[in-house]
Amino acid sequence: MALGNGSNARVIEGGLRARANAAPEHRTPSAKRRSMAPRHRLRIALHYAVLLLIGLVCVFPFLWTLSVALGTEGNVFAFPSSLIPHAVSLANFIEVFRVIDLGRYFWNSIWITFWTVVWTILVCALAAYPLARYRFRGRKLVFAVILATLMLPTEVNFLVNFITTTQLRLVNTHLGVILPTVAGAIGIFMMKTAFEEIPQDLLDAARVDGASELHIFFRIMLPLALPQIGALTILTTVTTWNNFLWPSVVLTKSDLMPLAVGILELSGTFGSSTRVIAAGAVLTIAPALIVFFFTQRFFMRGMEGAIK
Amino acid sequence: MSTRATDVAAAADRNGRFRSTFRNRASRARSRQARLPWLFLAPALLLLGLFTFWPVLWGGYLAFTEYNFLTPPRWVGLANFEDLLDDPVFFISLKNSLLYLLIVPAIQLGAIVLAVLVNNALPGIKLFRAAFYVPVVTSVSVVGIMWGWMYNEQGLINAVLQWLHVINDPIGWLSDDRLALFSLMLVTLWRGLGWYMVLYLAALQAIPSDLEEAAVLDGASRWQRFWQITIPMIMPTILLCTVLSTLAAMKVLEEVLIMTKGGPVSSTYTGLYYAYDQGIRAFNFPRALAASLVVSVFCLAIAWLNFRFLRPRHR
Repeated sequence: MALGNGSNARVIEGGLRARANAAPEHRTPSAKRRSMAPRHRLRIALHYAVLLLIGLVCVFPFLWTLSVALGTEGNVFAFPSSLIPHAVSLANFIEVFRVIDLGRYFWNSIWITFWTVVWTILVCALAAYPLARYRFRGRKLVFAVILATLMLPTEVNFLVNFITTTQLRLVNTHLGVILPTVAGAIGIFMMKTAFEEIPQDLLDAARVDGASELHIFFRIMLPLALPQIGALTILTTVTTWNNFLWPSVVLTKSDLMPLAVGILELSGTFGSSTRVIAAGAVLTIAPALIVFFFTQRFFMRGMEGAIK
Repeated sequence: MSTRATDVAAAADRNGRFRSTFRNRASRARSRQARLPWLFLAPALLLLGLFTFWPVLWGGYLAFTEYNFLTPPRWVGLANFEDLLDDPVFFISLKNSLLYLLIVPAIQLGAIVLAVLVNNALPGIKLFRAAFYVPVVTSVSVVGIMWGWMYNEQGLINAVLQWLHVINDPIGWLSDDRLALFSLMLVTLWRGLGWYMVLYLAALQAIPSDLEEAAVLDGASRWQRFWQITIPMIMPTILLCTVLSTLAAMKVLEEVLIMTKGGPVSSTYTGLYYAYDQGIRAFNFPRALAASLVVSVFCLAIAWLNFRFLRPRHR
């Protein structure tokens, strides 16, 4: 009983003391700030330390791959000596073009990416225009149908799509790689929001002048939606460049493959050294990473820009 | 009088004809007006129909048939599903797909922590954000190759651990059938963290700053502010991301395909890798589609559970 009372009293006393200590701090904020400064600095240093640690985990495989690709001698897996190449040389980057037809893969990637971007923008913009600008019967239904594609289990579509492309005789063609990826809900919604922002007066004026709908679409809508077209171009470029599964299903002939698929051929090639594969890997990811670094803000906006 | 009458009649006639041609033209214009949106929509609807809706419908049908590409499919009822029940590898695949869900809480917690860490204006913070996002914009094939080297028995991770004297003998990250699946999970985690970080960062930045300031004035600690303000405010994003990453975890395929091909001793088969293996490699499409149907049903059930338990309740 007495013990209980005592501990209670101590708690109350402690609380009072804490309040008494806190009070003067509120009265003199400058004094508080001065006393906080070293702690604040420590906190920032700690913050950076944690960021650096996680950042290192994220980029470590890349740094190591780059270092192996640039180096020429020594055990590639030795730690930590393999992290800094002894003699930097581009020999592996030349060798990789000799071991496999990397130039061919590069060209295929560029070709597939270019046409995917062109068709994606055209098809999505065409579909988005009436959704943004017309009132017609069935509009809501179309909208629901497009939205539904986001909820369907589309990851397994490659199975039936393989059957379809076989029957359309599009296996081992670039068209077979491109077509199924062109129409997408995110692209259509991105273009739709772009078109909705264009003032109606411009369209009315063009119609009064007798412009056809196609003319309005190509001469007014598309040029005014250029910023969003740019964003869609960038996102589609990186996605297509990196795409692996579908191209690997449709393309079995080595000379048609894009880099992301061909690079695995290289790593399966008997006798190709780790350093040469590393050089190939660096060349595969470099274009996408360069595009990303210069256009980060489009990626950092996440999906919300597309879905809203 | 008569001329005037004929005039009037002619005028009426002309007027009527004028009106009727006007009506014709108007209705033609109207029907053109009605057709026009569909012409614009046609390419997208055609492609979506062929490559997005058709696979779901046709695939759902083929799962109940016998089909070998050459002859038309023949309805066999549940026979393909019975075959699945007889295949021990399919059970391993399902078990592994469910085990894969372990990365969901890890990835969400990691992404929230990352987002909180980069949600400020410290110098160089954009560089860190980019660094965390780099794995997301790297092709999965190169990710597989790089992590293959990391996990190699003579590879980097073992070298680092031996250098630190944590282990004596190298660990078979991908060659040990008890470990391989967890090694793959780590790669999926590494690949996905940056993507979810961006979503959470957007949610954090949408929290009104006066809310935070009011809490500071009320004397709430950092920790209290995090639990009482931040977490409730980003709850819708947590729900969205949890559902998305649950579905993604159930449908892991590319990591397996590139790094282990289901091995060693089919210990890393996942539901979708099983479907891929049956379909694209063995050309047994009905069984592949039956397996993917089972995975899809699991996904639906888990998404439903997520919504049930994570939806903010109205008090």
